[in-house]
Amino acid sequence: MQEEMVEVFLLGKKYTVPSELTIMDAMEYAGYKLVRGCGCRSGFCGGCAVVYRMKGSHELKVCLSCQTKIEAGMCVGKIESYPINKKTFDIEEIKPTENIMGQLYPEIYSCIGCNACTKGCPQGLNVMQYIAYAQRGDYEKCAHASFDCVGCNICASRCPAQISHSAVGLLARRLTGKYLAPQSEHLNKRVSEIEKGDCEKMLEQLMQKPLAEMKELYNNREIEK
Amino acid sequence: MLTAEMLKSMANVEKTRSARMNVTPARMSAEEKDTLLQEYHPDYRQSGFTVLSVGPNKGSKVPTELAELLQANSRIKSDEIDLDRIDYDVDVLIIGGGGAGTSAAIEADKAGAKVLLVTKLKMGEANTMMAEGGIQAADKENDSPAIHYLDALGGGHYSNKPELLKRLVHDGPLAIKWLNDLGVMFDKDEKGVMVTTHGGGTSRKRMHAAADYTGAEIMRVLRDEAVNRGITTIDYAPAIELILDENGKAAGAVLMNYDTGEYLVAKGKTVIIATGGAGRLHYQGFPTSNHYGATADGLVLGYRVGAELIYADAIQYHPTGVAYPAQIFGALVTEKVRSLGAMLINSEGEAFMHPLETRDVAAASIIRECTTRGKGVPALDGSAVWLDTPMIEMIHGAGTIEKRLPGMLRMYGKFGIDLRKEPILVYPTLHYQNGGILINEQAGTKIENLFVAGEAVGGIHGTNRLMGNSLLDIIVFGRIAGKSAAQKSKETQLGKLTLSHIDKFQAELAAAGIHTDKVSPLLLPTYTHGRKVR
Repeated sequence: MQEEMVEVFLLGKKYTVPSELTIMDAMEYAGYKLVRGCGCRSGFCGGCAVVYRMKGSHELKVCLSCQTKIEAGMCVGKIESYPINKKTFDIEEIKPTENIMGQLYPEIYSCIGCNACTKGCPQGLNVMQYIAYAQRGDYEKCAHASFDCVGCNICASRCPAQISHSAVGLLARRLTGKYLAPQSEHLNKRVSEIEKGDCEKMLEQLMQKPLAEMKELYNNREIEK
Repeated sequence: MLTAEMLKSMANVEKTRSARMNVTPARMSAEEKDTLLQEYHPDYRQSGFTVLSVGPNKGSKVPTELAELLQANSRIKSDEIDLDRIDYDVDVLIIGGGGAGTSAAIEADKAGAKVLLVTKLKMGEANTMMAEGGIQAADKENDSPAIHYLDALGGGHYSNKPELLKRLVHDGPLAIKWLNDLGVMFDKDEKGVMVTTHGGGTSRKRMHAAADYTGAEIMRVLRDEAVNRGITTIDYAPAIELILDENGKAAGAVLMNYDTGEYLVAKGKTVIIATGGAGRLHYQGFPTSNHYGATADGLVLGYRVGAELIYADAIQYHPTGVAYPAQIFGALVTEKVRSLGAMLINSEGEAFMHPLETRDVAAASIIRECTTRGKGVPALDGSAVWLDTPMIEMIHGAGTIEKRLPGMLRMYGKFGIDLRKEPILVYPTLHYQNGGILINEQAGTKIENLFVAGEAVGGIHGTNRLMGNSLLDIIVFGRIAGKSAAQKSKETQLGKLTLSHIDKFQAELAAAGIHTDKVSPLLLPTYTHGRKVR
């Protein structure tokens, strides 16, 4: 099959690359050996954000380079390392009842509602909305609305209020996971059984059995429907 | 664009779907599974392996691409680095910034040790971040660590190291509790009951998840906690050689600043290898679901100082890697898709196996369908089979995919495929190294003061790991390694630092007649995507 080739501009230089490739692959096809700006290559680590314009267009776009197909006329620049303002805290000390978000990240109240964060999000999250939840102290809603964040920080790169959105979402999620979500009684019960040594005893009994009996047990074990 | 042939076959899948809904294909017997594996699993293809000529596993076979790196030259000469000029001096040096390394760092810090974590890429750019489906732990009423043990033992072909497997399953619920209390948002119902599913080879629904971002959710919480604790981390600083002291104890590593190429010396009273897997070595030409830096560096570093490997020839091919479209070729389609009911279907619309056999059996079964049975669908690079994703919402209702598989929905959506409406094409992808460096219950190795955690470890899973036992092992053994290394550092006085093992290994290579210009660890693969390079 004859590959369709397209002309693109990578870090200001013109290259001709197969149209099937992602932006990241196109960089490699052009001869770059990537070290920075290339992590999981599957859209989960948020490490490969790039910025681009289509040649002749005023519009500046942002995306994850491993999850975006190259197109003719793309003029691609890199973000690689975008500093954010992550505040440190002791998860055992903070409480979701106080305005901990406002104390750590008061800049969230400077949001001017421009929605540039949401427009830039490669995950399609409603970023401005989750910041609004954070402003109101509704951490659980903020946690769920920000859940699919991969921390690429494209939002932060575009925010005139200089908010570090990914850090805000992460704090809301940790507060939710630890304090706001209901406790799992079955988990706590099992943990106390383990601490009493009950599970260890059962394991040791099983482990003493000869291999043939183990195989028998495995092959005939009941499988939960 | 899907080809006409793909569309024709997809019509077969749609045609048989309603008739398949209430029929679960039978599971294979133990004998059927054994025969299938021997005939079709890539681990049984002798041409893919090389017998090692030097080192602690001399005489054992490992994948050829790994053998070339294990038996390669160091990147440095032993006298090239001034070991008196120490850049970092710590109690616990951790090599690797994924889930295992970061768990270890948190526990070592908690135990009062001075910790340095170095990582080749950025902290969190690791396979942990990409683990989608879930984490096993026996914390439900109808389950127990003993049942979990039996599932993993049978799945691992009875070759798991008993004492390691015992630790894994016993500490499983403790790991979930630890993560929950750090603020990981597990899927729970309104009463707090964990939403759990099956994985391939489980007999109880013990797969805990955070949508299909389970690993990402765990990793970003661990990373945040490490930052909160003020643990020193250096990104883009791969270890390129371990340092021993004059008595043979692990005593640090030579690092490379990947931005500048400069070498750095990190002295550590104890060292933890947590460098992960090897998917980027592309054994037998397979694509991989692994992150960019999965090049077996830790195995190479450990092997050169004399640490023993176990089951390094047992590789996990995840049954469902993306076979189409090209842009995400080889990426992972989480097993959770099958946990939620999607079936594997051949070109003629037949469900050819139970969707929740163990990974090695499922991979071999797909390869059989695409080869001798001739019922594969021609895709990008060879044949593939369908994973019938629309079944999920027929079983669990509309909205299930968006809620429980948002990552998958998004990944395919970016390339114009809606997996709620159409099935997807899959083929096995190189996913996990079942083996690695042999450890004991304290995560220690034959080399004093050298600990290992995470995918670089061998023995826990035998020759085939079950879904969800890897996220569990990085937490359980990451924490153990961190505690053990911190404790050991308190009792350790290091002697003079040396790199003399490089010369010793070089002499062994020469004696075995191996002359190569290869250097290792590899650090990163080189891709040109078909362009010929001068």
